[in-house]
Amino acid sequence: MTAATPTAGAGPHSYLQERIRWRWIEIAFWLATLAPFFLFPLYLQLASQIAITALFALSLDLILGYAGIVSLGHAAFFGLGAYTAGIISKYGWGEPLSLLVIAAAVAGLVGYAMSFIIARFRHLALIMITLGLGLLLHEAANSAHWLTGGADGLQGVRIWPLLETFKFDLYGRTAYTYSLIVLFLAFLVARRLIHSPFGLSLRGIRENPVRMPAIGAPSRAHIRKIYTISAAMAGVAGALLAETTATVSLEVLSFQRSADVLVILILGGAGRLYGGLLGAIIYMVARDLFSGVNPQYWYFWIGLLLVAVVMLLPNGILGGLAKLASSWRRKPS
Amino acid sequence: MTAPVLATRALAKRFGSLIVAADINFALPQGVRYALIGPNGAGKTTLINLMTGMLRPDGGQIFLGEQEITSLRPAERVRRGLVRTFQINTLFPHLSALEAVTLAVCERRGDAGTWWRRLPGYRDAVDEAYGILSSLNLGHDCYRVTRELAYGQQRLLEIALALATRPKVLLLDEPAAGVPRDESPALFAAISGLSEDITVLFIEHDMSIVFRFATRIIVMVGGRVLVEGAPDEIAADPRVREVYLGQKRHG
Repeated sequence: MTAATPTAGAGPHSYLQERIRWRWIEIAFWLATLAPFFLFPLYLQLASQIAITALFALSLDLILGYAGIVSLGHAAFFGLGAYTAGIISKYGWGEPLSLLVIAAAVAGLVGYAMSFIIARFRHLALIMITLGLGLLLHEAANSAHWLTGGADGLQGVRIWPLLETFKFDLYGRTAYTYSLIVLFLAFLVARRLIHSPFGLSLRGIRENPVRMPAIGAPSRAHIRKIYTISAAMAGVAGALLAETTATVSLEVLSFQRSADVLVILILGGAGRLYGGLLGAIIYMVARDLFSGVNPQYWYFWIGLLLVAVVMLLPNGILGGLAKLASSWRRKPS
Repeated sequence: MTAPVLATRALAKRFGSLIVAADINFALPQGVRYALIGPNGAGKTTLINLMTGMLRPDGGQIFLGEQEITSLRPAERVRRGLVRTFQINTLFPHLSALEAVTLAVCERRGDAGTWWRRLPGYRDAVDEAYGILSSLNLGHDCYRVTRELAYGQQRLLEIALALATRPKVLLLDEPAAGVPRDESPALFAAISGLSEDITVLFIEHDMSIVFRFATRIIVMVGGRVLVEGAPDEIAADPRVREVYLGQKRHG
């Protein structure tokens, strides 16, 4: 690149423009997501799962990383999306794209209803409330055997071919292509949102919830809005899983899934658009490798990794990398 | 004198048995520079908290212009023009100064709910924020992250954030708190340079500053307004001398 990067001296507009510019490393990242098609064609199912998990982590990042709203029950919306898509397909409508939209609407609607509670609390209270609501939904799904199949899982999920053309094959070619495109589109939405005035307000809430009302900001309205958006996005992730695997089990609503996505985001780096994506890749690949070595104790390594990252890299792996890169850049001069 | 822009009627608040505000009545006309003074624990910050809605009064009323605002939420009062700053920096540590003030401008203009348009697209909001920062001598350093700004600059940013809301009444809680003594006149010069349309009430302990910059003074003691008047009246008032000026100050 020959154009001089705008510096602070160039004025407020170029300063802000510079902050939201697409960087080469971002473009490289998205090109790299195509690599599994050529390098690991036998692992496309795993790649699809990673993309779905990344989308789920991105949805959590919007509330946790940007607005500072802790959640230990985000699987509620993932599960809602998964069950919505699965149940509707069971009763005769299996068109994948419209199911995504319906799942997003259902999860978003429930998220909006819950956001009135969420917006009133912070910190530990919030962790407990989200945890409680997550458990509530899990048990509700468990007991509604007639609708969800309960602990046996949902039977008879029937997803039509994508665009009436591409079948969800055994190798996951369609699945990964589909998941990756949906992830990318959702990422574009998230990226735009973060760089908007609304995104700036969210960062304000995270940075200082006391000051926000003192500058006239309706913090609770902002929180309700981002919580709804995040819930809808989590619902899309859940629906994607249901569609690409043609199964829905109670696991989609489990506490484990809520905890995992939190771990993924903290590992990767919360409050950074790519934190959840990187975390999902590391976590899912590590799980695949470690559980191959020892299927019972693979969480040992995840635990070790988590403790090490939180102790050594408070801003996650991505935060550590960014720090490394900036110190590298300063060195030569 | 014109109609008051901010007034209280019999405002009262107690924490348990401790009376922190009792029967507080005053009316601020437009454009004045009021100093609120009193010994520590007199209830000055409590009064600001009551007026801005951060505390709920046990009794009494608050009026902004003609309208009663006693039961409005803090953010709603800000939107109507009653704005405060904080004695202890209450800023956005990881936002740059420019981002923070742009945030306040966007909130005021009602753009802060928009999530599908990029921030740099709001050129006039950014220009306005930059203008406010420049007017407070922060133009050069406005790209720096708030927590990296010098302490005195952070105090100015407190005021910049408040100005971005276009206040009618500005309540400054010890704006120079923690600023070296020789730097606080510069800070107050910036405050007295504010538009005459803005009514300013500030808490300050340094009497030389108070008498230099205030056009009127309210003295509080034990949660009550002891006396209110022009600086020379206050300086001559024997009661004020007794409870306040005669005492050794903290520090």
